[in-house]
Amino acid sequence: MNAFEAEGLVKRFGKTTALAGIDLAARQGSVLAVLGPNGAGKTTAVRILATLLRADAGSATVGGLDVVRHAARVRRLIGLTGQYASVDEDLTGRENLVLIARLLDLPGNQAKQRAAELLTEFGLDAAADRRCKTYSGGMRRRLDLAASLVGRPDVIFLDEPTTGLDPAKREDVWTIVRDLVEDGVTVLLTTQYLEEADALADDISVIDHGKVIAHGSPAQLKRIVGGQTALVRPADPERLPEAESILARLSGRRPERPGRGVVTVPVDGDAAFAEIVAALAASGITAAELSLHLPSLDEVFFTLTGQREAAA
Amino acid sequence: MTLTVHKQAPARLQPRPFALVRHSLALAGRSVTKTLRTPEQLLDVTVQPLMFLVIFVFLLGGAVSGSTGAYLQLVLPAMLVQVMLIAAMATGVNLSTDIDKGVFDRFRALPIGRSAPLLGSVLGDVIRYVVATASMLGFGTLLGFRAQTGLLGVLAACLLTMFFAFCVSWVFVLFGMVARTPGAVQGLSFLVIFPLTFGTSMTAPKGTMPGWLQVWLNVNPVERVMDASRALMLGGPAGGPVLASLAWALGIVAVFAPLAVRAYRRRA
Ligand SMILES: Nc1ncnc2c1ncn2[C@@H]1O[C@H](COP(=O)(O)OP(=O)(O)OP(=O)(O)O)[C@@H](O)[C@H]1O
Ligand SMILES: [Mg+2]
Repeated sequence: MNAFEAEGLVKRFGKTTALAGIDLAARQGSVLAVLGPNGAGKTTAVRILATLLRADAGSATVGGLDVVRHAARVRRLIGLTGQYASVDEDLTGRENLVLIARLLDLPGNQAKQRAAELLTEFGLDAAADRRCKTYSGGMRRRLDLAASLVGRPDVIFLDEPTTGLDPAKREDVWTIVRDLVEDGVTVLLTTQYLEEADALADDISVIDHGKVIAHGSPAQLKRIVGGQTALVRPADPERLPEAESILARLSGRRPERPGRGVVTVPVDGDAAFAEIVAALAASGITAAELSLHLPSLDEVFFTLTGQREAAA
Repeated sequence: MTLTVHKQAPARLQPRPFALVRHSLALAGRSVTKTLRTPEQLLDVTVQPLMFLVIFVFLLGGAVSGSTGAYLQLVLPAMLVQVMLIAAMATGVNLSTDIDKGVFDRFRALPIGRSAPLLGSVLGDVIRYVVATASMLGFGTLLGFRAQTGLLGVLAACLLTMFFAFCVSWVFVLFGMVARTPGAVQGLSFLVIFPLTFGTSMTAPKGTMPGWLQVWLNVNPVERVMDASRALMLGGPAGGPVLASLAWALGIVAVFAPLAVRAYRRRA
């Protein structure tokens, strides 16, 4: 059974069409990533599924319940972490969580206990009794995530949960998502990074201008949008031409120089990358940077729509 | 980071009775905590009324009543009403701020009554009325104000005024729902408060005003409350104005509370 499902959602704001009939669905216990650029309609779709906004047309269900007709029951099943942290700045982290627990009808003691549990799990013990005003962006995000888990929801909506986080904090959020899924929770996650969708999702829906323009597993999608790119930055800039010829020889393609002192080339999979690593080592070139990249969202769109996205 | 957020999840929470009351009180508690934690938010109900009092009493007292002492007796019971209404105004502004900051999104995605966040704010701001009353009466007494009716009368005047402000606060809640920014809510609220509170016999006797203004005073509900407050604190027939005030208060809340809740539901 699908944990949530949206069919033909349309939403207009005045003259702007935020959603032009999109379908989204995720099996119970899976992760659906909704990938799209600024203004694609990600937040609008999430808000409709989370009962905060009504669609102009189409329908959506969570746990088999219609989000409009059974909004109250749907709210018992879901947790929402919006795009912008919605913690109360004048309250402490603990007070924020206890308040939500109380609103979820947990009796006093249990509310405190649940709050303490989550504060520990999210590494906020030291800051628990400080006002959220004093929190860093990453701490707010984590508290916001914790807040959406107080009621042990079956379905969690995460709207760009890692935007603005440093790489370590991003990994933390990824771990949280994986743990949730392990516990049987269904997750909808919006993101602007193919990398993130690839790391977490069972399925990816790519949306643009309020429409789904591609849908599939990460593997399927990567097949469509092309493979990965290897990037090498020799520690000694003098050896760039040498590195370039190694890349050319191993990949059989023409490398590019997208920036000063770096050279990139498309490769087919991890094995090809391993060969590059070995060949560089064999010729004694030490790399200051050596990495394998998925296409950026921009490139994904270029492939899918055949046109460069104007920066939104 | 390890996470066992979901393991050993208990049976799904069941709805419990009196949910709306409990949720509203929990949210009211939140408002009170916030207010007490940011004392600068209480300036409008502490320092500002004192300034008004000083300005009016010493500036106009001699001219209007012959002495500042006599004027203080006249102006304080009425100004109590004005201060209470200004205190009520903050509810709309605070709600607008909450919506702006996304805090309400969190509440709206929870399985609580739709009106709980509004009720919570309105109830929580009663603390502001209490602070306003205390600072007004305390400072007034220092300046020489003496109630003529005794403790019961003063208490009745305070309670009536608070109740009226509580009911009128739904107007400001409605503004909080329809105006786009907290600043706009404040502007709109002042636009209503000024004619209602200054268009009264608060600072000058009705008899000295032009006819059209007297007509306004006759229909202005705030004038009824000020009459009642004076009667309850200084003596004189209180029954009529008290009943009129209560009728107005109930009428206002009956109209504006549902409108506010409806506007809240509509607001995305
Ligand atoms: N309340 C609103 N009023 C008017 N227009 C809106 C409103 N909310 C969204 N829009 C418009 O709808 C479109 C989709 O917005 P949405 O926030 O869903 O995009 P998004 O994919 O979440 O973008 P981002 O990555 O920037 O968060 C945008 O053009 C936006 O300007
Ligand atoms: Mg968004």
